[in-house]
Amino acid sequence: MASLFGFYSLVLGFCFSFLIIFLSVKNFRNINIFDNKLISFTFLQFFFVVLSFLGLILSFVNSDFSNETVYNHSHTSKPIFYKITGTWGNHEGSLLLWLLVLTLFVFLFLLESKEQKKKYRILTLLFQQIIIIGFFIFSIKTSNPFNYIFPIPNEGLGLNPILQDPALAIHPPILYLGYVGSSIIFSSSLAATSLNYISRDWAKHIKKWILVSWIFLSLGILLGSVWAYYELGWGGFWFWDPVENVSLMPWLALTTLLHCILVLEKRLVLTSWVVILSISTFTLSMCGTFLVRSGILNSVHTFANDPERGLFILIFLFCLIFLSLFIFFFFHKVEKKKYFFWLSKESSILINNWFMMYFLTVVLIGTIYPIFLEVLSSEKISVGPPFYNKLIFPLLIPFLFAMAIGPKLKWIKSDLQNKLYLIFFFVISFLISAIIVKSFNTNFLIYSILLTSAFYLFFISIRDFFSIKFKNFAQVIAHFGFSLFILSILFNNIFSTEIITNLKIGETYETEKFKINFEKINQKDGKNFKAIIGKFNIENLDGNIDIFNPELRIYNQPNIVTTEADIKTNLLTDKFMTMNLVQNQEYFNIRYQIKPFMVWIWFSVLLISLGGLVSLYQKKNEK
Amino acid sequence: MKNKIFLKIVLITIFLIIFLVFYQGLKNSNIYTPNTNIKKDIPLLNVKIFGTNEVIKLKKIFEDDKFYLMNIWASWCVPCRDEHPFLMKIKNNKNIKIIGLNYKDNYKNAKNFLNELDNPYNLILSDNDGTIAIEWGAYGVPETYLIHKKKIIKKIIGPLNEESLLEIKRLFDEVY
Repeated sequence: MASLFGFYSLVLGFCFSFLIIFLSVKNFRNINIFDNKLISFTFLQFFFVVLSFLGLILSFVNSDFSNETVYNHSHTSKPIFYKITGTWGNHEGSLLLWLLVLTLFVFLFLLESKEQKKKYRILTLLFQQIIIIGFFIFSIKTSNPFNYIFPIPNEGLGLNPILQDPALAIHPPILYLGYVGSSIIFSSSLAATSLNYISRDWAKHIKKWILVSWIFLSLGILLGSVWAYYELGWGGFWFWDPVENVSLMPWLALTTLLHCILVLEKRLVLTSWVVILSISTFTLSMCGTFLVRSGILNSVHTFANDPERGLFILIFLFCLIFLSLFIFFFFHKVEKKKYFFWLSKESSILINNWFMMYFLTVVLIGTIYPIFLEVLSSEKISVGPPFYNKLIFPLLIPFLFAMAIGPKLKWIKSDLQNKLYLIFFFVISFLISAIIVKSFNTNFLIYSILLTSAFYLFFISIRDFFSIKFKNFAQVIAHFGFSLFILSILFNNIFSTEIITNLKIGETYETEKFKINFEKINQKDGKNFKAIIGKFNIENLDGNIDIFNPELRIYNQPNIVTTEADIKTNLLTDKFMTMNLVQNQEYFNIRYQIKPFMVWIWFSVLLISLGGLVSLYQKKNEK
Repeated sequence: MKNKIFLKIVLITIFLIIFLVFYQGLKNSNIYTPNTNIKKDIPLLNVKIFGTNEVIKLKKIFEDDKFYLMNIWASWCVPCRDEHPFLMKIKNNKNIKIIGLNYKDNYKNAKNFLNELDNPYNLILSDNDGTIAIEWGAYGVPETYLIHKKKIIKKIIGPLNEESLLEIKRLFDEVY
């Protein structure tokens, strides 16, 4: 019942698209004032998609297995929380969620842009409707969430247990808010270009959207990373997996865009940068959707592979790319060259842009080069962390220095003041890093320079925070967060230790610093799984004993074994233990890791996002 | 002006090429299988024959110019039951000899397994402590090796299925 209801609401929502397009074209040509009916229709469209989404949630909650999506991804024994979150834990449902956010955002956009020009609002709405129509067709035609199956199965196939995790339950919605926010930026910059309305007013207006999408995108990536760390049990937070890269690329483009729009707002330069970045942020998100959903890449996000879906998104994606190229070439007017000195805020932002473009290119090549190679020479390669680390880390050094000094510069032409303290901080950071690196005997040169640059940014941002002259809190918080982020990652790399060994019950593994005793295993029954819980105690050198209980969970529906890491977190270090079955043996594979500063990585990303939030708030106050 | 048009054409061509590559990429399968076509010598060992105390040299078993299929199995292994019908199919081909290696099993259970499902093997060897399977480089049970002229020409990890049967047939046809 709920499914049927959901399906008709979806189709009704789709019909509204045409109504809106018809009305907006009429309104665009005739009347001078914005027709408020458009807002009501956009709201109705949103309303119907909400109904349809509720229909799907209801089907999941009631375990209505006559619905194919529910049958494929749910099970009666699943806890109610995961029944609900399972709604968007699959391809069909997540597309519906995407549509929901799309329609919500376009409605909010119309409400928020009341003081903007009529033509600009209508044109943005039109471009947005093109995207919405694309997604409606995609959803209804190739991945309908409401397919009916007969005979009705008694039981569903269940949700992949690694997706049954609270962090992952909110990861997709947050990430989609970021992705879809970038679609508004895309439509609005296309509209502004075609009306030749790229101006400081426009920049002020679109900046809110850029900030909001940027905050959500950052948080979404953070959640995915937290999930990978706690649930996958590989002992890391970022693996340069293609799907992770796919979310990082729009983030890099969006971050660059955020910096450019600040310049545009103040000085009306870099307009081409802004337009191209707005276009590429959204196309990169779409490209990500294509890579993930078509099954062209192998990764942890195993959505059902269907070439038809891939083909649809591919064609849709390239239509959007060609449309935007067309608009950019024919309507975009390059602004008059404005003079700025090499040492000025403008040029520092330009430097930032080029660095970001470099990082973006590295990630892009690492992600899609394997596909190209396979198609052109049928050779299979996989690009792993060493590639990214070698290409990205060295370039971080000048980038961090530029981040520390750039914000101090003035517009147009600037001179560095108080050179003394800049040098003073440099010497201090270098000394601290040299002492740290020397005492831990790692690769001296590269690490000490990297640490120096990160510490430099760290100290300079702290000083800025307390300085009276300098009151751009948003920027200081975000840059400070970034320095903390890099520092935590570096410390994490330098100081972490890892032991991988096979142990039997009763055996002990000894190293210089600690002793691992495998005491016993217990069994426990969960709602939809059986668990084998190991009991380990680890004697540290200082006499402290830690007890670890890593778990192996054997889920019944579908029949999958997952490992639950036991993680002891405190402010400075994480201790992390996982246990794995060794086939046909009485041994268990034990992995014990000491990872310093994990919490600080999460915290620093939160700080970076907080920077965005503060900036949003500051703008509201200024009005 | 000419430069600009040129730039546009170049950009559009680049995007078209990307489109074509992605389009082509969609058709490729993305299932990665490790390369298991290996030409390796069979290990030289002495093995006990199943149910007896007689010891035989492995080299002697694979002496002829025939095709041999060495299948590692156990009565406690559930996928071995799944692959059993495929072994029976292969048994119909008189030019392939099937050698079973009974892995870490108890004689009575193994005997029951064969009585229940029928015996596809021409000869059964036993590997009580699992050391022989290690010498062969087995990952687990079931696992199957295709042997020709004392060389391992193909290794199939996991239960046999329709696909691996075709692969065996293809390799077999290459020789005959």
